[in-house]
Amino acid sequence: MNDTILEKLNVLANAAKYDVSCSSSGSSRSNNGKNVGNTVSCGICHSFTEDGRCISLLKVLLSNHCIYDCAYCVNRSSNDIARAAFTVDELAELTINFYRRNYIEGLFLSSGVMRNPDYTMERLMNVAKKLREVYKFNAYIHLKAIPGASPDLVKQAGLYADRMSVNIEIPTEQNLKILAPDKDFASVYQPMALIKENIIISKEERKKYRKSPVFSPAGQSTQLIIGASPESDRQILQLTSGLYDFQKLKRVYYSGYVPVTLADNRLPALKQPPLIRENRLYQADWLLRFYEFKVDEIVNDEFQHLDLELDPKLSYALRNPHIFPIDINKADYEMILRIPGVGVRSAKLIVHSRKFGRLNESHLKKMGIVLKRAKYFITCNQLTDGHKDILPSIIRRNILNEKNKLLKRFNENQLSLFGDLLI
Amino acid sequence: MNVFIFDNTFEGLLTVVFESFKLKILPDAIVCKNKYQPSLLDVSFEITTDVLKAERVWNGIKAKTSKEACDMVYHTFLSGMDNIGMIIFHYLQLTFSTNYNVSVNYREESVLQIRQIQQKVLKEAHRMFMFVRFQKTSTDIYFAPIQPKYDVIPLIGKHFKNRFRDQIWIIYDTERDYGLYYDLKTVEEIKLEQHSINKSSGKIDATLLEEKEECYQILWKNYFDAINIKERKNLKVQMQFMPKRFWNYLPEKNNG
Repeated sequence: MNDTILEKLNVLANAAKYDVSCSSSGSSRSNNGKNVGNTVSCGICHSFTEDGRCISLLKVLLSNHCIYDCAYCVNRSSNDIARAAFTVDELAELTINFYRRNYIEGLFLSSGVMRNPDYTMERLMNVAKKLREVYKFNAYIHLKAIPGASPDLVKQAGLYADRMSVNIEIPTEQNLKILAPDKDFASVYQPMALIKENIIISKEERKKYRKSPVFSPAGQSTQLIIGASPESDRQILQLTSGLYDFQKLKRVYYSGYVPVTLADNRLPALKQPPLIRENRLYQADWLLRFYEFKVDEIVNDEFQHLDLELDPKLSYALRNPHIFPIDINKADYEMILRIPGVGVRSAKLIVHSRKFGRLNESHLKKMGIVLKRAKYFITCNQLTDGHKDILPSIIRRNILNEKNKLLKRFNENQLSLFGDLLI
Repeated sequence: MNVFIFDNTFEGLLTVVFESFKLKILPDAIVCKNKYQPSLLDVSFEITTDVLKAERVWNGIKAKTSKEACDMVYHTFLSGMDNIGMIIFHYLQLTFSTNYNVSVNYREESVLQIRQIQQKVLKEAHRMFMFVRFQKTSTDIYFAPIQPKYDVIPLIGKHFKNRFRDQIWIIYDTERDYGLYYDLKTVEEIKLEQHSINKSSGKIDATLLEEKEECYQILWKNYFDAINIKERKNLKVQMQFMPKRFWNYLPEKNNG
């Protein structure tokens, strides 16, 4: 057993874990009989850690040496921690052997900034290049773009990666500059725009010539740290919406700030990471991407922070009683999606099934709709429809009481091993 | 009670359907041969599987509904749930007695039920893609034990063949005692007469393993612990996505 590899893996996986992106989806590339592995467009999670997050890729830093001193980062240059670096071959062997045993879908590779952005980006790109060309690795590779790296290097890197990402981290530039004086938004948005352009160009070329090179086929993503700086949910979600609409990002990830710095008064002294707020942001993100909501329906000038007690869709429904009750049998798909307790799958089931006849509450229950919630917001035009005209504040109280009853029963039955619950 | 007895294969079940329609006798129960206990109150019909008759029923379902609906029935059968024969029979009765494609009418309880069982079976198959862990032997065979809740072996060969095209692998259901063997050309069903698999830990005899195998398992275990953020502990969600019944065959969880 090579102890050095074990130590390096410990250091460099620990260093990478706060980059929460976990996806292996969006790319479909088959094995041609002369290479190793394939990718499937749905992505596959291979394991789950005790924090409930999924492991689908081998997520490591090439090196956790870094010239920068960003206050929120565990790898900042002033932090006294063990530092290590993989050689290209060490990392390639590890990746391929894990892959052959079906432990992972592929590699997620980032790095601290060694010497300068270009030097680091070139090192990262060389790992991906060697994996593809020498080791014939055909599975998933997620490669970070280093802020400030030259366009040529970013362009080359995209030819070997399935997905690329460059992290914004702090949602506003003024707060970024307080926590990381060496950084700015331009160094992040330049590579992001470049990646976006190259993805579009590659797709257009491939429509004409099938053999045109593929560039980052699973798109790009980014990350925002939640709770290290004072931005409101409205600022965060407006930024998110812009990133989806204009930068055409596939995903925005939210990472609840885990205090990695003691006694730095630029950062809040949180006792624990803001997990509930992070969860609500993900739920809001889902509303933007799958439920056809606009940003200002979820948060706006009057309503700048997400309700922590209720999910954003329910919160929206209680603030907009005039659009309810929604007629299950007649309303458009977009309106059905707005009913609390109805998810995308259920909405599709409703729209398909009602072609064959009227739906009533017993049909809905069998389809898996949460009637305890939905009942306040729907009508099936039955005689028993008695839930309408109840005040939003009463509905809120009823739903929270139900939730608390369930929580109490759950807690009484479980050992105290279980940590924070996200409901 | 009309009891139809068959050999517990899918073709056998389809033959039961064929015979039942031909005899114009509706079954009250469909039982497999080795579970049948004769009773004086039963009128029993022992059905011999006939591939041609089964094919006629299969084509009939396809013509009435769709290929997807045919697959839905097959996947439901693989669940091996209690009384699955009758559940499928009722669904097929409905299929043949309606004059439109009933397989997407989820207002019908029978259709919704079949679909929900299918979703469970497909989810279990996907879990095999997630949780299969190969052990490499000194003869360069990658071996993985599994213990799926439903009989998903017929559904997983293609994925693993497409992915691991250049390595010999075996995936073995330790409960149902059969599995798949890929020899770099084709995937075949196999049954191992003797094997040194420890059923509770899924491990094969250590002397058969490649010398670096244990190293990679240790590296994986370490990675699994290192990538965890302790401040975000959430065992409830972990167990939701990765139920305990899978843990004994996962090197990162089985403490072995």
